[in-house]
Amino acid sequence: MTPLARGGAVGAALVAAMVVPLATPSPYALSIVTLTLLYGYLALSWNIIGGIGGQLSLGHAAYFGIGGYASTLLFVQFGVSPWFGMFAGAALAALAAALIGYPCFRLRGAYFALATLAAAMILKIAVENSHGLLGGPRGLEVTLLRDAPLQFQHTRKEFYYAVVVVMLTIALSINYLLLRSRLGFHLVAIRNDQDAALALGIDITRSKLAAAMLSAALTAAGGTFYAQFVMFISPDKVLSANLSVQIAVMCIVGGRGTVFGPLLGALLLLPAEEIARRALGGIVGADMMLYGLLLMIVMRREPRGVQRILRDLWNRTGAPRSVNAG
Amino acid sequence: MSALLEVRRLAKQFGGLSAVEDVSFAVETGEIVGLIGPNGAGKTTLFEMASGFQRPTRGEIWFDGTRIDRLSTPAICARGLARTFQIVRPFGDMTVLDNVIVGAFMRAPSPKMARAHAATILAQVHLAGRCDQVARTLTLADRKRLEMAKALATGPKLVLLDEVMAGLTRVETDEIMEIVRALPRAGVTILMVEHNMHAVMGLSDRVIVIHHGRKIGEGSPAQIAENPAVVAAYLGGRDDADA
Repeated sequence: MTPLARGGAVGAALVAAMVVPLATPSPYALSIVTLTLLYGYLALSWNIIGGIGGQLSLGHAAYFGIGGYASTLLFVQFGVSPWFGMFAGAALAALAAALIGYPCFRLRGAYFALATLAAAMILKIAVENSHGLLGGPRGLEVTLLRDAPLQFQHTRKEFYYAVVVVMLTIALSINYLLLRSRLGFHLVAIRNDQDAALALGIDITRSKLAAAMLSAALTAAGGTFYAQFVMFISPDKVLSANLSVQIAVMCIVGGRGTVFGPLLGALLLLPAEEIARRALGGIVGADMMLYGLLLMIVMRREPRGVQRILRDLWNRTGAPRSVNAG
Repeated sequence: MSALLEVRRLAKQFGGLSAVEDVSFAVETGEIVGLIGPNGAGKTTLFEMASGFQRPTRGEIWFDGTRIDRLSTPAICARGLARTFQIVRPFGDMTVLDNVIVGAFMRAPSPKMARAHAATILAQVHLAGRCDQVARTLTLADRKRLEMAKALATGPKLVLLDEVMAGLTRVETDEIMEIVRALPRAGVTILMVEHNMHAVMGLSDRVIVIHHGRKIGEGSPAQIAENPAVVAAYLGGRDDADA
């Protein structure tokens, strides 16, 4: 099979898979599927800076929260449709990414991760203390209008499912195109070896900034979607460190730096978390323990993630190995 | 005729330690110039300064009519001065072709043209058969070729080669020498640090000798081999001599 034919087959299978959930009779199940795909979307957004660019960000909840709060505040206070608020949030998150990234990009490895984690924590504490404007720890409610698709809300879950599928498709396309672009090549080079990348004329800071801003903007759009889907946001839901870790772990477990790996990570981890939550009866922190455990297992077995394990299986069974690949 | 690269009274100190002291030399377009000297003589420090990885303490570096010793590494690369690393630095996750495409994006306006240019460069270093191989899995000799290919892909006027023959067999060395010898005809001038005397003497139009951070000799390979100061410091110096 040529890579193109294989890509086509994977694409067709994905489209088919996306229609199936609509046949489910239970709104609860469709909600779970929608949230899973939202996480897939977030993992793909994180992938741009964290996977392709190799900069381990543990602060993406900040951008998610900025997106949710920006659109909700604009809607509740000024009646601006969250569809527009989504873009305002994305722009604001991109700006925040530049402000956080510029001083932090000189830090490498764990220090960069810690700096992003700290930046997100500062934002969370600031929001928790802004009782007047942002509702403090209790958060903000989105004004209920029932069936108003132009105001980004609807009583039917299918509406949100359709929106998240479109967003996911956009995120997949951006990752696919990025990996084939000049910026994508530069980011992969930076991930591999910064000094060697520098020697080939790559402006490291500019490449990282571009990736971080794009990643943040997409993440913020996810935050707006979440606010409209749940109709309520609060700092502990949209700005928590747990969320930042979840997004990163999904991408890493699935396969960082690849197009389908991050989605695969979400498809595996979110249902696993849901099952574990029921089995363990709501022990606080059980979901984070599960994430840690799965992360350890996958990293020990194959650091390139589950997508690599599946691809190796596919190559072994599906097609004869190429003669000059070895 | 003004030189392509000109180093004027260059000095570099690390704290109290003087790595390079008052070194001046020039490289003309189309030359292959060898830079030799015992370990720790300051050769790699010179390369680090010329490629923008280190700032000189004193002195100036001019390339192609502009002063470059205050410029960033990417800016220097964009002006047409590329380098390789003594310890090769392939982008391990990427295929050989993708490694070279990264360099080719320096001049290529589109991914398609970058790919085409990279393929041409890989043929030039006899690595075309390994395009789809992941760089991490290459042999040392092929990594050295890849290192050269990445630098050449940026479209340089001058390439600084840092020990591209170290650790190779005689046959592998001869193959790389053939590649290097062909470069001036393709418009690429060469300044190379090399310990392999067979390669330096066989390839260089001119040899510059550095010892304890100072230039102690300069001339044709034949002149250098007979220069008493050079012989004492380096070639014949006790058990210092390689190759």
